[in-house]
Amino acid sequence: MNRTVDVLVVGAGPAGLAAAARLAAAGAGRVEVLERERAAGGAPRHCAGPGFGADALGRPLDGPAYARRAVRAALRAGATVRTGVSVTGWAGPLTLDVTAPTGLERVRARAVVLATGARERPRSARLVPGSRPAGVLTTGELQRTVLRFGPRAEYIGRRAVVVGGDEPVTRGAVRSLRAAGVEVAAVVSELRVRRGAFGSVPVLGGTVVTEVVGRGRPSGVAIRGEDGRTATLRCDTVVFTGDWIPDHELARARGLPLAPGTRGPATDGAFRTAEPGVFAAGNLLRGVEPAQAAAAEGRAAAVAVLERLAGRPWPLRRVPVKTEGPLRWVSPALLGPEAVPLLVRPERRLVRPVLTVAQDGVPLRRERLGGSPAPGRSLRLPPRWTTGVDPAGGPVVISAAE
Amino acid sequence: MTVTRTGPLPPGADASTYDVVVVGAGVVGCAIARTLARHPLRVALVEAADDVGDGTSKANTAILHTGFDATPGTLEARLVREGHRLLSAYAGEVGIPLEPLGALLVAWDERQQAALPRLAEKAERNGHRTTRLLSAVELRVREPHLGPGARAALEVPGEAVICPWTTTLAYATQAVRSGVDLHLNCRVEKVRPGDPYHRLVTRRGELRTRHLVNACGLHADAFDALLGREDFTVTPRRGQLLVFDKFARDLVRHILLPVPGPLGKGVLITPTVYGNVLLGPTAEDLEDKTATGTTAEGLAGLREQGGRILPALLDEEVTAVYAGLRAATGQEDYRIAAHPALRYVTVGGIRSTGLTASLAIAEHVRGLLADCGLDPGPERPLARIRMPNLGEASDRPYRDARLIAREPDFGSIVCHCERVTRGEIRSALTSTIPPGGLDGLRRRTRARGGRCQGQDCGAEVRAMVEEYGEGAR
Ligand SMILES: Cc1cc2nc3c(=O)[nH]c(=O)nc-3n(C[C@H](O)[C@H](O)[C@H](O)COP(=O)(O)OP(=O)(O)OC[C@H]3O[C@@H](n4cnc5c(N)ncnc54)[C@H](O)[C@@H]3O)c2cc1C
Ligand SMILES: Cc1cc2nc3c(=O)[nH]c(=O)nc-3n(C[C@H](O)[C@H](O)[C@H](O)COP(=O)(O)OP(=O)(O)OC[C@H]3O[C@@H](n4cnc5c(N)ncnc54)[C@H](O)[C@@H]3O)c2cc1C
Repeated sequence: MNRTVDVLVVGAGPAGLAAAARLAAAGAGRVEVLERERAAGGAPRHCAGPGFGADALGRPLDGPAYARRAVRAALRAGATVRTGVSVTGWAGPLTLDVTAPTGLERVRARAVVLATGARERPRSARLVPGSRPAGVLTTGELQRTVLRFGPRAEYIGRRAVVVGGDEPVTRGAVRSLRAAGVEVAAVVSELRVRRGAFGSVPVLGGTVVTEVVGRGRPSGVAIRGEDGRTATLRCDTVVFTGDWIPDHELARARGLPLAPGTRGPATDGAFRTAEPGVFAAGNLLRGVEPAQAAAAEGRAAAVAVLERLAGRPWPLRRVPVKTEGPLRWVSPALLGPEAVPLLVRPERRLVRPVLTVAQDGVPLRRERLGGSPAPGRSLRLPPRWTTGVDPAGGPVVISAAE
Repeated sequence: MTVTRTGPLPPGADASTYDVVVVGAGVVGCAIARTLARHPLRVALVEAADDVGDGTSKANTAILHTGFDATPGTLEARLVREGHRLLSAYAGEVGIPLEPLGALLVAWDERQQAALPRLAEKAERNGHRTTRLLSAVELRVREPHLGPGARAALEVPGEAVICPWTTTLAYATQAVRSGVDLHLNCRVEKVRPGDPYHRLVTRRGELRTRHLVNACGLHADAFDALLGREDFTVTPRRGQLLVFDKFARDLVRHILLPVPGPLGKGVLITPTVYGNVLLGPTAEDLEDKTATGTTAEGLAGLREQGGRILPALLDEEVTAVYAGLRAATGQEDYRIAAHPALRYVTVGGIRSTGLTASLAIAEHVRGLLADCGLDPGPERPLARIRMPNLGEASDRPYRDARLIAREPDFGSIVCHCERVTRGEIRSALTSTIPPGGLDGLRRRTRARGGRCQGQDCGAEVRAMVEEYGEGAR
């Protein structure tokens, strides 16, 4: 079946839903959100704990409640949200192939917003050697399993090792395990982690998992510390957390260039990708940020989509931005005509770093930052950091020194 | 037609007495059982693991070899050549994914380049006359993503990639549907040779059989010992492999084989029928027949070698990592032998070509059983089967509008990375030989085998196993 809509949003997570709500409210015409899972809401649906802001009365929201509100807002604004519907590829410019229980569809839109989120790298992608027992999972699978089956030891074990860092997703995994009655033997992190970061759970910073041991279920993990010392931690479950990679399948299937640091599709400050009419927002751009940040991007992308629908031309030339030194990535990866803030992710904890923005070898701005930014969270550089960038010049480079 | 997994074996002399028992349900044992199922014989296939194809047969490089580089005159050379022909035809008949990509042996230095004409001659002696030497320029056109320094190549048409899981399962399914009993979780622990029946003591009770086939793979020597034979020792030779993301598929068009040389065999890079790219295998002689783990050194070495062959490969994510054990016996040939006095055939030393040769091995073994006094009786047609398609070369269910219109569950994708639908998972869970667990389900459907490794669908797949799996019925 061939259909046409005004805006097609792929992914009903916070970013996609927020974009759809804003677009529908602004009268963008038929705005349709396609979600492959059985229910809309995205990653927060599976996060049982608090940490998703508060409602109008100041009561804290957990993930599922946040997700429900986001879905309701999109529906109230007049967007169509369809679930159990997978976008499987492109049939041409602004035209997507869809598989649903109701049949195959080919949907053409005037604008497409990709908001397909990100995933944690599983054990195999991290090249952790050893045997291949069951009971090795990511936070995402852990949370879905607990939500679905409750605390069932045959699925989530009794004693877990959590691999991650000082970041919300690792904390989420520890919380899920403990709530399900699973003992957390330790949090193992390649980076140094402050003591007590996980309450009473022992933290082994500067430590790598060198091997998973055990048949059927894990019997333990082998670890190696910075000093080269090795040990084995006994456990029957291993949870790998964080280490995000954007779910960029559709973006790549269309040949959209990726930003080298984030592996998300390269976009400018108005969430425009390389292809006219195709936008991208949310975790797809660079891995995890808080849900509210993803939603804010969705809303901002909607503004750009509306401009596009009103006939604003696609910028022909944008200046690439990249990082050097102990900075993992910057987002967005392209500087367009709009003045926008940049998100920058350090590779490790930096103590009062000096940040420099330069173009064609000429420094545009240099500033020492207070505090010590950590890899679990992005630095937000306000638009003034990029004033003075020559739109006809070469790449902009952001670097850091301690 | 029975498949048993738990509890005591069917009691009573009739139920547990067979004309032939095949021990070991790897690709070789399943092929043998299927071949025997053509005859009016009572046949059992007995396997220690909880599923078919759970040993070496699940963890290989999935190439249907032509046998161009076999040692001419060996049994292996003949069976690989015949097996290639038989399995190519069979794959088309029952729907086993197969892509005849052809292979290129790429030479990276002068010595390797000099070896190519000799390899072409050897291929000719093995009956393969269509190999061709490619210049560096031709090679670059064929494989534009090769790293710098590729000097020349030998093209070997006919080398193909195949789905090893579907192959084993097809044989077993067809055997069972044609009357073979399959007993899983049923290690044979003792053999009491006798006349007219041998008695096999298994973990789940006793079986009696007139004829016996040892298709125990890595354990073929141990099984031989149960009958007092000590003809060879199996030394596991481990091969570690990396499976790269589907985004790597466009980087390579052929099976890229190394030119064997004094510094070892080198590694290969090949597409898979699932649309991924494989890099490997290592070759490590070990003692432990259960050492199917991977090692940091092994994986690092593969990445280093792979990066020289196809630099862009290393920019892609790794989807899976695994290792398999080849059954090496210190002889550059199979160890297939009939022991007429014992009415017993040993199928050992099926090293690194057993997937390819499986159907030819089965034919060969049928002949050896006749030499051991088995009168198979007349031939009859096997039950017809059609396997679910796991390959990317033809349309999968999620793209099949007519199927979805008939059964909406085939339009409901559960495993998003591999695009496996509810309909496929349900079918596998209720099939002739249902999977023994999640890994068996993955080998039947690809569910949970993609880039997220079950992050998105793991819980949903488990829920389906609880709903439709064996325990649920
Ligand atoms: C374990 C975990 C814990 C977290 N904890 C917190 C927290 O405490 N507080 C907080 O603020 N944030 C938290 N977050 C982050 C927050 O959930 C994300 O920032 C947010 O969900 C990002 O929104 P998104 O819309 O970009 O992506 P997602 O929420 O991931 O949504 C993407 C959606 O797109 C769908 N999709 C993808 N591809 C397709 C396709 N081809 N066809 C159809 N649909 C498709 C997916 O099914 C998914 O529903 C957590 C995240 C995780 C994973
Ligand atoms: C890394 C690697 C790459 C390879 N690549 C290729 C390739 O590209 N092409 C190709 O054609 N071949 C390839 N091979 C070879 C091929 O995989 C093997 O030759 C083939 O799988 C052997 O099958 P099998 O049935 O003999 O052994 P297995 O698959 O190991 O089966 C033997 C079975 O016997 C069972 N068993 C053992 N003892 C007992 C007992 N006492 N009672 C009951 N059951 C028992 C075991 O549980 C096992 O399931 C490769 C092998 C490896 C390791």
